[in-house]
Amino acid sequence: MSETSPRTIEPSESALVTAAKGGDYDAFEQLVNRYERKIYRLGLNITGNAEDAEDVLQETFLKAFENLSRFREDSRFYTWIVRIGVNQALMKLRKRRTDKSVSLDDPIEENGEVIPRDFADWKPNPEQLLGRTETREIMEKAIQNLPDSFRTVFQLRDVEGLSTEETAEMLGLTISAVKARLFRARLRLREELAKVFKRG
Amino acid sequence: MDCQDVFRQISDYLDGDIDAQLKLAIEAHACGCHHCEVVVDTTRQTIALCCDGRLFALPIQVRERLHAVLKRKCRDHMA
Repeated sequence: MSETSPRTIEPSESALVTAAKGGDYDAFEQLVNRYERKIYRLGLNITGNAEDAEDVLQETFLKAFENLSRFREDSRFYTWIVRIGVNQALMKLRKRRTDKSVSLDDPIEENGEVIPRDFADWKPNPEQLLGRTETREIMEKAIQNLPDSFRTVFQLRDVEGLSTEETAEMLGLTISAVKARLFRARLRLREELAKVFKRG
Repeated sequence: MDCQDVFRQISDYLDGDIDAQLKLAIEAHACGCHHCEVVVDTTRQTIALCCDGRLFALPIQVRERLHAVLKRKCRDHMA
């Protein structure tokens, strides 16, 4: 005989925000639980450094808590904290930037050719790749090896799903600069992954 | 349309940010060019893999420190 377990109905994001604004810490903690992994990933992908990513994670939610009363709810809570997280991560990047690194707003060679070099098919399909234990490490390494400016644009456009315009506005770049960086980031990542995933 | 033209447009193509005529030209070329077909397909897979949240975990110690800091700060704020 099978038992039907009672289903827990998750409170809506806006209900949690309202409760948190009213001083309900448990509601705020539920919002943190929902998005902590994504914000840590954002911090890690932009800063390229686990220690900085942890700082970004903590500072983002602390700022969110401190400024919750100012959140006007004309966007999703997640969109609001992503903006806070990006600002925190960019501050970290700027603090530890050396002369060797690529600045977010450094001009890149817009007309330079990016030439794929690896034309082998990939043996596993994406679902099979996701099942591999080493896939995560390979992906993280490939993303960390991108220049800061490419990694940041890739994170906002492809991982967070922001539009080209939103990404440009958030990073203070032109539309064409966002597109050029995204194009290079994607092709570089493809080349890195192709080395590992190509059909032997 | 040659391979370089396809490579230059690949990002906009994958975003659907090109006009219909260019899209058709890219697809017609890729249909008869194995290299371009592979590059388009594997770039699409690259994006899908990098964006898949299942590949990413928050270390437990990082999570515990976050919640400890938030609880402390919250108490300070409410005191």
